[in-house]
Amino acid sequence: MKRSRFPLVVCVLGMIFFYFPILVLVINSFNASRFSTVWEGFSLKWYDELFADPTIWAALRNTMLIAVSATLVSMVLGTLAAFALHRYRSRLQDAHYTLVYTPLVMPDILMGIGLLLFFSALRIPLDRGTIFIAHVTFCVSYVAMVVLARLQDFDFSLIEAAQDLGANTWTILWRVLLPLLAPGILAGGLLAFSLSVDDFVITFFVSGPGSTTLPIKIYSMIKYGKPPVINALSTLILCATFLLIWTSYRLREKQT
Amino acid sequence: MSSTTLPGNNLARLNRRRRLQEWLVTLPSFIWLLAFFLVPTLIVLAITFKPVEPPYGNIGPGWTLATLHSLANPNYPAIIWRTVWVSLIATILCMLIAIPFGYYMARAPQSRKSLLVILVMLPFWTSFLIRIFAWKILLHPEGYLHKFLRLLGLIQEGDLLLYNTGAVLLVLVYTYLPFAILPVYAAAEKFDFALCEAAQDLGCNRLSAFVRIFLPGIQRALVTAALVVFIPALGSYVIPDIVGGNASEMIGNKIAQRIFVDRNLPHASGLAALLALSTVIPMLFILAIQRQQARAPAPRRNRSTP
Repeated sequence: MKRSRFPLVVCVLGMIFFYFPILVLVINSFNASRFSTVWEGFSLKWYDELFADPTIWAALRNTMLIAVSATLVSMVLGTLAAFALHRYRSRLQDAHYTLVYTPLVMPDILMGIGLLLFFSALRIPLDRGTIFIAHVTFCVSYVAMVVLARLQDFDFSLIEAAQDLGANTWTILWRVLLPLLAPGILAGGLLAFSLSVDDFVITFFVSGPGSTTLPIKIYSMIKYGKPPVINALSTLILCATFLLIWTSYRLREKQT
Repeated sequence: MSSTTLPGNNLARLNRRRRLQEWLVTLPSFIWLLAFFLVPTLIVLAITFKPVEPPYGNIGPGWTLATLHSLANPNYPAIIWRTVWVSLIATILCMLIAIPFGYYMARAPQSRKSLLVILVMLPFWTSFLIRIFAWKILLHPEGYLHKFLRLLGLIQEGDLLLYNTGAVLLVLVYTYLPFAILPVYAAAEKFDFALCEAAQDLGCNRLSAFVRIFLPGIQRALVTAALVVFIPALGSYVIPDIVGGNASEMIGNKIAQRIFVDRNLPHASGLAALLALSTVIPMLFILAIQRQQARAPAPRRNRSTP
């Protein structure tokens, strides 16, 4: 049966739409000219300028510190939440489910303003600690949802089998449940990490003077800085993400 | 359950233990979200009903409805209205692209499918700010797009592509399109296209088979796709902030302005509460329906959408 060509055309145009702006940005990071439409030859000077800026490194350090710690904590909390939601059916779990689910649909800015007012009401100074708390709060729900999806395919008779064979709770947890859930927990962790590294809006509300993260730095550069230097920084970040995604993609392909 | 075979008092003990276990695994996330999500949200709602203390826009003592009254002043309804229609148009545009896009992906040869998925996912994983910035550069009067459109004679030297509602819409679609494509693709992949062919054999033309068989078949995914664009679009703050102008401000920008610029915490809270109600109420409604369906006595449930 003959098929319409229209979906193909939309797909191709869509891909151009997705990648054209990114491509222009990467090319311009190597442009000696300050203006994007004039090519004045290949140059790495914007990269030099970028590497000479110590505030970028400080921001990167903050970002990584917060992302790693928030990811680890949200992986633990999210996995527990998913387990509880899957295993039990009760009023408590209904409330729990609403509590886990609502942050997913809450606009970022709301969570930001809420936490800002909360921290200032308790007179907690804004620093990396408050950003960490905020990031864990929005990451928990994502981890929980990813692990919950994984649990839906989980065969609980394995646990009963282990019990029948005399395993205690800890053995079951460490030798049966966690190894089988590991891919789901890791996938949730990866999602949490990338959300934390990339979060701007919530972080903007709960960060203090000394706790600038990379997205906050990029934002102030977009507002007040030199465009070519941001191009250079963006190119490096894009390379890092593409590499990470490609690696995880290849790893998954190998597994299956 | 093996516990039903045990004698009575053992059963009670087992039930108690099960209850305790439930609390133990539930409490960590429950308490965290209660303290850092529910309480802050309730604070926002509460501050809406607090008066402003003049010099610094802080929260004064007592309770008042002044903020609610001030939300009716001519300034706010215009912004609320704009936020809603900009989000609606962005959602419609995303759906119009996502449906054929997802359809094509689902019907592509198996070898090409995973590549297409990766290509759609990649922009989603790359930095949000960087993608907005890329458009700012393109739309800039010194940018390629501006130059190209000038060459075509579509715009004049002095015309601005940036800092208007069109730019906000464009970048909203750019940012949220992958979110709309993925659920459509996921549902289309499971859809049995033989149904469309059967409809065509029975005399339906291609388009009406698509509209009357395919689209109803992926109905749930279409709702998901529309919501994952519409809800974040309602709360958007950064996009109008970077590529929008004064005439394309959205609720998010007003909230930030009331906090950081002309400090007025009750006003900021009032707007935030309005935003919360307009996004959370429809979501909770859908959630309740989903949960009810999940409660139905089907031992294994298959979800068509993530």
